[in-house]
Amino acid sequence: MSFWIAQFLTGLASAASLFLVASGLSIIFGVTRVVNFAHGAFYMVGAYVAWSLTERLSGAFGWWGGVLLAAAAVAALGALAEILVLRRIYQAPELFQLLATFGLTLVAADLVVMLWGPDELVGRRAPGFTGSIALFDQMIPAWDLFLIALGPVALGLLWLLFNRTRFGVLVRAATQDREMAAALGVNEKWLFTGVFALGVFLAALAGALQLPRESVNHHMDLRIIVDAFVVVVIGGLGSITGAFVAALLVAQLNAFGILLFPKISLVIIFLVMAAVLAVRPWGLLGRPDVAQRPPAATSARPWRPLGGAGRLAMAALVLAAAALPFVSGDYLVIAATETLIFAILAVSLHVLLSVAGVASFGHAAFFGLGAYGVALAVKGLGLGMGAALALAPLVGLVGAGLFALAAARLSGVYLAMLTLAFAQILWSIAFQWVEVTGGDNGVLGLWPAGFAAQPAGFYWLTLGLAVLVIGVSRVIMFSPFGYGLRGARDEARRAASIGVSPGLMRWCAFAIAGTGAAVAGALFAFLKGSVFPDTLAIPVSVDSLVMVLLGGVQTTLGPLAGAVAYKALSIWLLSQTQWSKLALGLVILAVVLAFPRGLVGVVNQWRDRWLTQRRPGHGEPP
Amino acid sequence: MTAAMNAPPLLAATGLAKAWGGVRAVDDVSFSVAAGEIVALIGPNGAGKSTCFNLINGQLRPDAGRVLLSGRDITGAGPARAFRAGVGRTFQIAATFASMTVRENVQTALAAARGQIMRPWGAGRNIARDDAMRLLALAGMAGMTERPAAGLAYGDVKRLELAIALAGAPRLLLMDEPTAGMAPADRAALMRIAVAVARAQNIGVLFTEHDMDAVFAHADRILVLDRGRLIASGAPAEVRDSPAVRAAYLGDGVLFAATADDRRQ
Amino acid sequence: MKFRKTMAMAFAALALSGPAVTAREAGLSGEVRVGELNSYSTLPSFTEPYRKGWQLAVEEVNATGGVNGKKLTVISRDDGGKPAEALTVANELLSREKADMLVGAFFSNVGLALSDFAKQKKIVYLAAEPLTDAMVWSQGNPYTFRLRASNYMQARMLAEEAAKLPAKRWAVIAPNYEYGQSAVAVFKKLLSEKRPDIEWVAEQWPPQGKIDAGPVTQAIAAAKPEAILNVMFGPDLVKLVREGNARGLFKDRAVVSFLTGEPEYLDPLKDEAPVGWIVTGYPWYDIKTPEHAAFLKAYQERFNDYPRLGSIIGYSAMHAAAAMLRKAGSTDASKLIEAGRGLSLTTPFGPVTFRPADHQSTMGAFVGVTGVRDGKGVMINPAYRKGEDYLPSEADAAKMRPAGN
Repeated sequence: MSFWIAQFLTGLASAASLFLVASGLSIIFGVTRVVNFAHGAFYMVGAYVAWSLTERLSGAFGWWGGVLLAAAAVAALGALAEILVLRRIYQAPELFQLLATFGLTLVAADLVVMLWGPDELVGRRAPGFTGSIALFDQMIPAWDLFLIALGPVALGLLWLLFNRTRFGVLVRAATQDREMAAALGVNEKWLFTGVFALGVFLAALAGALQLPRESVNHHMDLRIIVDAFVVVVIGGLGSITGAFVAALLVAQLNAFGILLFPKISLVIIFLVMAAVLAVRPWGLLGRPDVAQRPPAATSARPWRPLGGAGRLAMAALVLAAAALPFVSGDYLVIAATETLIFAILAVSLHVLLSVAGVASFGHAAFFGLGAYGVALAVKGLGLGMGAALALAPLVGLVGAGLFALAAARLSGVYLAMLTLAFAQILWSIAFQWVEVTGGDNGVLGLWPAGFAAQPAGFYWLTLGLAVLVIGVSRVIMFSPFGYGLRGARDEARRAASIGVSPGLMRWCAFAIAGTGAAVAGALFAFLKGSVFPDTLAIPVSVDSLVMVLLGGVQTTLGPLAGAVAYKALSIWLLSQTQWSKLALGLVILAVVLAFPRGLVGVVNQWRDRWLTQRRPGHGEPP
Repeated sequence: MTAAMNAPPLLAATGLAKAWGGVRAVDDVSFSVAAGEIVALIGPNGAGKSTCFNLINGQLRPDAGRVLLSGRDITGAGPARAFRAGVGRTFQIAATFASMTVRENVQTALAAARGQIMRPWGAGRNIARDDAMRLLALAGMAGMTERPAAGLAYGDVKRLELAIALAGAPRLLLMDEPTAGMAPADRAALMRIAVAVARAQNIGVLFTEHDMDAVFAHADRILVLDRGRLIASGAPAEVRDSPAVRAAYLGDGVLFAATADDRRQ
Repeated sequence: MKFRKTMAMAFAALALSGPAVTAREAGLSGEVRVGELNSYSTLPSFTEPYRKGWQLAVEEVNATGGVNGKKLTVISRDDGGKPAEALTVANELLSREKADMLVGAFFSNVGLALSDFAKQKKIVYLAAEPLTDAMVWSQGNPYTFRLRASNYMQARMLAEEAAKLPAKRWAVIAPNYEYGQSAVAVFKKLLSEKRPDIEWVAEQWPPQGKIDAGPVTQAIAAAKPEAILNVMFGPDLVKLVREGNARGLFKDRAVVSFLTGEPEYLDPLKDEAPVGWIVTGYPWYDIKTPEHAAFLKAYQERFNDYPRLGSIIGYSAMHAAAAMLRKAGSTDASKLIEAGRGLSLTTPFGPVTFRPADHQSTMGAFVGVTGVRDGKGVMINPAYRKGEDYLPSEADAAKMRPAGN
């Protein structure tokens, strides 16, 4: 019995830090609608700063003061980031802020190694909380007891803040209805900054409070961010109490789950999320319909297929691309092949994100299904490259079709997070099912045969498939069906009332996007000659999202430009510097600030402005 | 209601009821609309007009009662099936496809109506071009077909809505406050167009409206809802004189005043 | 239009450094080029000392006449910590930088991807750090050599020590991925062979890097084991040690732990380092052999820092590569393979030989017991275990490799 109590208490302690991070994320999202990918980075920086301060300040006051000071300092950094970066792009399409916070994360990841060195740092433990307390025959660390108390106290303080202070009332008003808050005379700018700083403070505090438990290292950011976001979603976006309940649920299910299934930790949080969303599509305590903005991709600038000149330019571009192997060495050809593969991936996500208006944080699922489809076809069925390339997209199609059926009730960020859960569950299957997938060691020996064995041959094959996939996606985009997809995206009610079922449209979009992503995944498997669970992992999902956003989510050619720019840049940076993340992050931040509509979006904007100036009176409102 | 009809009426709603958390938004409401007939549904704010509309449109499933379209049961069938049965509608808060041009909006509706919306090839912007132009001309938008819908003035959005709704060649047209937010001159024009088309194509129209001038000018028949119940029904003159209606609107005091306060746009 | 511009710009960016490449080829005759890649950005705590190690080796090689009179040039790259990115980099090293052989990698999956790549491209790859047994056995190929004492070897060294313990009830904590799984599998098999009386009473498999140490510690303690096998390392190890100490998990229990004696993992713990654990590692402060003394002196003089295990691996790997190139007298892959088979050299750990049958080197490891000295974790009474004593016979090893390799 005492064991069960002790395990329960341990679960409570684990829940506390999860809750602190998640509550900050939830508050930020609730008010600003920013998916703050940098939340984990602030958590990590909080831990690093707290380490430095607690090493320098002495005594009990020094330690506690250092922790609080660190959280405050990082909150100030957060406010600065909000003022310098986010404030300029609140008007940009939804999710674009994700790109900015992703850039911040990359910068922070390298900066902490530059500033604090590569070694992990083990900090001092909290004065007064270094020992343990015997509970029956179990030893409970005193620090755990502190954390157990901290969780409800933090929840209570936040409740007081939001219900008993003017700031809190304004924040709640802004969470529920921004226009109303604006009508109340709230200075939205500073409210957002305040909220962002508060959220960052909570993250940094949680990071600082990890000092007594774990070492400070540069992997802390990515390790916490996904978990934090999942907790927020399970609890319901914008609901702090929901985040608290969700943190408890996840931590306790993990604490007791490992007793029965010692390997469950890898995936439990995603299983919980999938189960909760299946029953409650808006999380435990969330409210339906959080979308206050039009979908990200709704553009005031109607899409146009390429005209004669555009088509000629495209044809010339394809020809020029086809000539690449004649003028460059193998490496450039291989790098270009990889870039093309990611262009296919980005275009497939674009169908989902931009054409159908469905955000996905788990596009890696379909990419990985394609890659493992190849592994299965070649190693399991003994098929050749051609047959494998034909089969693999079907694997993506089936996976996407089944997923979209299961996710039919969800929308918005919840749907995006369920795709993430789907990808993570697939990832953990690939990771765990060693007999079939080779686990972490992957499947080797998937090299292309025949003409494609040479880099140039495989490049041309990839180019051909890229032209095919991108061409098909464009035909679809401008076909009647494409109008149906966009109609359902722009106004689901209107679409339904003219007989276009938004649910069916969304299912089709998933099927198309899944198939396209699987083509990319299949090519990737042959390019690398191997498949690893990495192909299903979060970085692939993030990369594909970044490529679409970077190019301009409201444009038709954005994903191509975004993929080429991002992939080429990251391949090049990797070969140039160990600090490629820092460089890439700075480039992304620069793009975000300079071109809030993405690379292609800004070109469109310039062209529109130019046309307006040339033909006054015929200009269209921006 | 005329007696001795052999064929079922275009729209027959019987005993509709819907409650929200104990509040009866719609309570045992029955009425019908004949082909080519223009019927207005009015009532003070919160009378249950919108709920009633959504019940007929199939968006909501009633707690009790049935909705028959030419005798076919479409109760709670959902908007897409209601559409296929011949119901077109416009929304109180206008809902057009913001990312398309005016013409593409109508073309999308036409493609859907003609069963071509699932076709993943061919140029969507060339589909039923002439018909789209004709519908837009009908709605008085001939000069702005190539404009992005997102940039339209509110009155134009409302007219575009009408064109979209007509693209499905509906037998019953539901219009939720079709003229809300428009300038008075535009209102009259829009209603004239809608009524003219309905008469010409024998479409039954059911509309809600705050603008009583529009209601009394165009409706063949008026249904009055108050607190979820149908308190009066009849020709405009009858309704105007009904003591029950006067009582219902007394507190409101705005029977003949339009409220136009849409914050959108 | 806009698309073409972007595309052109992107390709221009890629091509910018192109001309420099072809220029380099001109100078090829005077140098031997080794392509080196490792997880510098992902795992700097191990790879920074590793880099210093090979830099020292390159300086030594070139100071003593290079490789058969040619200068040894190393082109070093970050592998991004992922197999796919490592392959992009490997392609660059091969096609653009004209590397004559490849050296490096930390993660097992990166190493395996490179090994398969080496086989496909017919270039020799010397795996420095990856531990997986698949590298030289089930996925072995003629082009791949491995330097460091493998998973199997370390498991066998530890199992030998574990068998001497009286403990019968054993529990396991290991990271949930291939490395942890195979380390545990080998250890269990070897220990159970020596001690049929042993019982395995509990297992915990936290995800690597994300151990929720409190519940894991409790769950292990609940099974009341007499001894614990630990395979967690890095930040996970810190968490485990802190929670375990606080909850009394390690009190009166024997602990056998992989890699914990490596300075990379032991040093961060400072005075909280566990006491009395049987570990593999690198006690640089206690190795008195002349080879190591010379290395230590040179390293400290050059970098004003003490070496970590990564330093040893980087240093030895680059010397091994140079020796292979020197012995082959050519950069031809088949000649290099020929030279690598049976190649012997002296490392700071003593003489090692790359076995002809499986291309595994006989570099051993130090086994000792952890303790705290002057507020720092150390290995007490470390003893060097020669690699050859902990490998299966060459005949047996050859049978584990795929046919034709």
